[in-house]
Amino acid sequence: MTVKEIFETMEYGPAPESAAEALAWLVDMGDSFGCFIDGAFTDPGETFETKNPATGAVLAHVTHASQDDVDRAVAAARAAQPAWAADPHARARALYAIARAIQKHSRLFAVLETLDNGKPIRESRDIDIPLVARHFYHHAGHATLMESALPGRMALGVCGQIVPWNFSLLMLAWKIAPALAAGNTVVLKPAEYTSLTALLFADICRRTGLPPGVVNIVTGDGAVGEMITGSDVDKIAFTGSTAVGRRIREATAGTGKSLTLELGGKSPYIVFDDADLDSAVEGLVDAIWFNQGQVCCAGSRLLVQETVADRFHDKLRARMDKLRIGDPLDKSIDVGAIVDPVQLDTITRLVDASTEGEIYRAAVPLPETGCFYPPTLITGLSPAAPLMREEIFGPVLVSTTFRTPAEAVQLANDTRYGLAATLWSENINLALDVAPKLAAGVVWVNGTNMFDAAAPFGGVRESGFGREGGVEGMMAYTRPVDSPDRLTRIEALSGDGATTTPLDRTAKLYVGGKQARPDGGYSAPVFGPSGTVVGEVPKANRKDIRNAVEAMNAAAGWAKSTGHARAQILYYLAENLSARATEFAARLEEMTGADGSTEVDHAIRRLFTWAAWADRFDGTAKGVPLRGLALALREPVGKIVAFAPDATPLLGAVSLIGPAMAMGNRITLVASEPFPLAATDLYQVLETSDVPPGVVNILTGAHEELAPVAAAHLDVDAVWSFSGAPLSAEIERRAAGNLKRTWVNHGRMIDLADDRAFLEAATEVKTVWVPYGE
Amino acid sequence: MDTTAPDRTGTLPSVHDPRNEPMPLDMAWVRSARANTSAIERRAATLPGRRSIKKDWQAAWLARAISCIDLTTLAGDDTPGRVARLCAKARRPVAPELLDALGLPDLTVGAVCVYHDMIGPAVDALQGTGIPVAAVSTGFPAGLSPWHLRLAEIGESVAAGAREIDIVISRRHVLTGDWQALYDETRAMREACGPAHMKAILATGELGTLRNVARASYVAMMAGADFIKTSTGKESVNATLPVSLVMIRAIREFHERTGIRVGYKPAGGISKAKDALMYLALIKEELGDRWLRPDLFRFGASSLLGDIERQLEHHVTGAYSASWRHALA
Repeated sequence: MTVKEIFETMEYGPAPESAAEALAWLVDMGDSFGCFIDGAFTDPGETFETKNPATGAVLAHVTHASQDDVDRAVAAARAAQPAWAADPHARARALYAIARAIQKHSRLFAVLETLDNGKPIRESRDIDIPLVARHFYHHAGHATLMESALPGRMALGVCGQIVPWNFSLLMLAWKIAPALAAGNTVVLKPAEYTSLTALLFADICRRTGLPPGVVNIVTGDGAVGEMITGSDVDKIAFTGSTAVGRRIREATAGTGKSLTLELGGKSPYIVFDDADLDSAVEGLVDAIWFNQGQVCCAGSRLLVQETVADRFHDKLRARMDKLRIGDPLDKSIDVGAIVDPVQLDTITRLVDASTEGEIYRAAVPLPETGCFYPPTLITGLSPAAPLMREEIFGPVLVSTTFRTPAEAVQLANDTRYGLAATLWSENINLALDVAPKLAAGVVWVNGTNMFDAAAPFGGVRESGFGREGGVEGMMAYTRPVDSPDRLTRIEALSGDGATTTPLDRTAKLYVGGKQARPDGGYSAPVFGPSGTVVGEVPKANRKDIRNAVEAMNAAAGWAKSTGHARAQILYYLAENLSARATEFAARLEEMTGADGSTEVDHAIRRLFTWAAWADRFDGTAKGVPLRGLALALREPVGKIVAFAPDATPLLGAVSLIGPAMAMGNRITLVASEPFPLAATDLYQVLETSDVPPGVVNILTGAHEELAPVAAAHLDVDAVWSFSGAPLSAEIERRAAGNLKRTWVNHGRMIDLADDRAFLEAATEVKTVWVPYGE
Repeated sequence: MDTTAPDRTGTLPSVHDPRNEPMPLDMAWVRSARANTSAIERRAATLPGRRSIKKDWQAAWLARAISCIDLTTLAGDDTPGRVARLCAKARRPVAPELLDALGLPDLTVGAVCVYHDMIGPAVDALQGTGIPVAAVSTGFPAGLSPWHLRLAEIGESVAAGAREIDIVISRRHVLTGDWQALYDETRAMREACGPAHMKAILATGELGTLRNVARASYVAMMAGADFIKTSTGKESVNATLPVSLVMIRAIREFHERTGIRVGYKPAGGISKAKDALMYLALIKEELGDRWLRPDLFRFGASSLLGDIERQLEHHVTGAYSASWRHALA
């Protein structure tokens, strides 16, 4: 085409980014890679091909790591960890050096990522790689400040990390930077489709003089991931599909390994009728056509207010026709290649199976070869349509409409996932009202897919748990310095003596603000030290758990109550407990034989502590590079079922109820199994202290019978076990069902006075991004 | 070849499309304007990373940019001689050997833009070229001279041979929210223009917010503006990509609702070839190829041409160029 002709057509021409340097690096490395273990590359073992999805060309051969490779990597990491943890400044220098090296080789990383993954060079160059560098810079700071910012916490040890193929290097950075900053060493596995930038990163680690063993990279498919999960590591950090995350939850159950999961999503993208519609359309380009829609937090579910839906869809279709699909190395390409033919097939199959709605595909040419899928919009779907519910992980946007803000929230939250949400409105009242109501770990207002190392990122519900970024992310790579003592189970006392109580007093369950008889209709005697019956308690069964969860559901308003109101009620509880201190002390002595007055005093003190925290555990505004706010809000986890410790039955109960209430949660407490009467006495105090019905429910019964029911309950958000009964493995395994949060003791003492640990367990971080400017 | 567009430069604007005739002021539409500044800035900031125009395409696009330049001199010391020089440059914006190499020997700029008193010399100097003369008017740049004089100035400029009139709006009407007054004033000016095409200068750097830019754009178009234009070049902030985005999205919306294509002219501060490419890409992306013609798009610029000339010489010869190798305007 001549200049004169282009002058008339005004077409775009090719603008290729050269792959020469990246291909030369592959040649230099022999086109064949071993693993990176203990500071050096191993000889390639059994290898597989890694391909450029845009062309199908083989880029290199990558080793399928063996069990021996994984074991040696873990051993190297283990050996390197003490020295690495010992010197925060050295860690900061190393992270800084990595950040600088990534910037110095930024284009090499970007081109290699695009070659391997198929994402447009614009994205790898302008988004992925700068965020990677930013992550290492930011975490150099966390290494420096760890002692002052996270007092009393230390590294976990060796972390096994498994990252996906959609943001190969960026997810590596999100995993490695905080782990290293906190003093951990790592064994990381990149996804088998996209190993190359991780291997270049390993090369950079070697060249920057990172101590051997601090970072180990093993390559391969899910089988290698399973080897890491099963190896002697202290933590597994996984980003990937919900199905695999669930398997990892089950596989690590009861092992005591720390776990964070960043999983799938079907994130809502809400457009209100007062939004800047053109900007909201453009936002969708960044939401669902970013990285071909292969983004866990992609705004893939469009919810548009009915009044503007037709106009919005028209604008959107017109915008789609302007997208340019093709060679990812072309600098003017918006949508690149799908990562692999397998993924392309999955997307195609999901869309083709849809029998509802109207499918619009962007009227743009697709390359004739390579893995490409056109940007697609499907309108007119009902909430029940499979495409509205299942993650497609491709450039496919599904859409439905809503009438009111309340309905928008309802539709947005009608999902098993809860990773991110986007909303568009020019009305600050509406935006800031809706943002907290969305079940998501991240909410973007008038923008989308904004990320930064200083802002926590992560999900709720089946999108996983744990946060990456900010000091919140550092928490997930640290543990308390004091190692907890072993916990000895306390068996219930037995005897054959008759009751000593002159008038029968019947303890019941406390559900929904009412004393309730157990569903099963059975009770069990509680014996005192002298072998006499001091009372009888109901034996709760699975239906009582069900009823308690329904009572917690009915008390949803508690989450919206003010910290001040919650503090007042906690103080009132303390006041009423204090008024009956003598009675409670006597009851404790009756059950345990020990003087109860100190325990009652401690319980009152805990209530004061939690009343104090109720309006004090604030969110933070993060220092992100944006004109706007990134607010890391602390929200209640939701509905908690907690198994009380055996010992100190009153203090134990209060220590669990207090933080749950203070942070706006609803809780069902299963009383100390050997000494249940302190908790059942407590409901009389609850009844007289203005605690709304359903906020606190108290059950008695066998922990080992009730824990599996609670852990499997799909409408419970968290299960805590402080019990002497060996519940941890069972709870963690069954929690995989809805990926609820678990906090279990693994047979060790949990410090009831560790405020920080309770605050973390009782809250969920929601990061709300609000760019502003007029 | 696109038959709906003029096939060469220098033709009258809007010869193929119907002109934008005034319509009643639609306040509901004006009030519905939204402009989210952060999102608009983000779109503008990421555009250069999304579109890269290289080699022959760059040369062709830069030639297109030249064809859309309103080559401008608006200085107190303008003289007939100075204007004649500018017009000579307008006729031959690039060295003939470079234009021959590009296969575009007849390339000219879109128009020459001067003050009223310079219309005569400009018309004389452009005799036979078909290049229209545009005159800034209505008390340019502040627009605060007596109303009857502002209207009379339009009539006199048209009588003197100006085929395009760049009017300035009363910024105070925007800032006080008197949209009716803005509409009435702009519509009266449009009528005073008669056959000459009217470009409405919004002076966006003085309107305070992007929302005001959007609203003023709608009012100007409802009042019959053939073009809407960012700036006089005399404000402290002139054309920017975010402001352009707001204005061209308003033009797009206006076209969607009325079927009428209104032109766009960013002015002031566009001096680099690379900037020109980004403006063209923005227009192509947000409005479409039809707007990449001088009847619907102009750059108001004085020094842009010099930079484009150097880039074109580099394209033809492969060697980086120097400013003194190209004729002065």
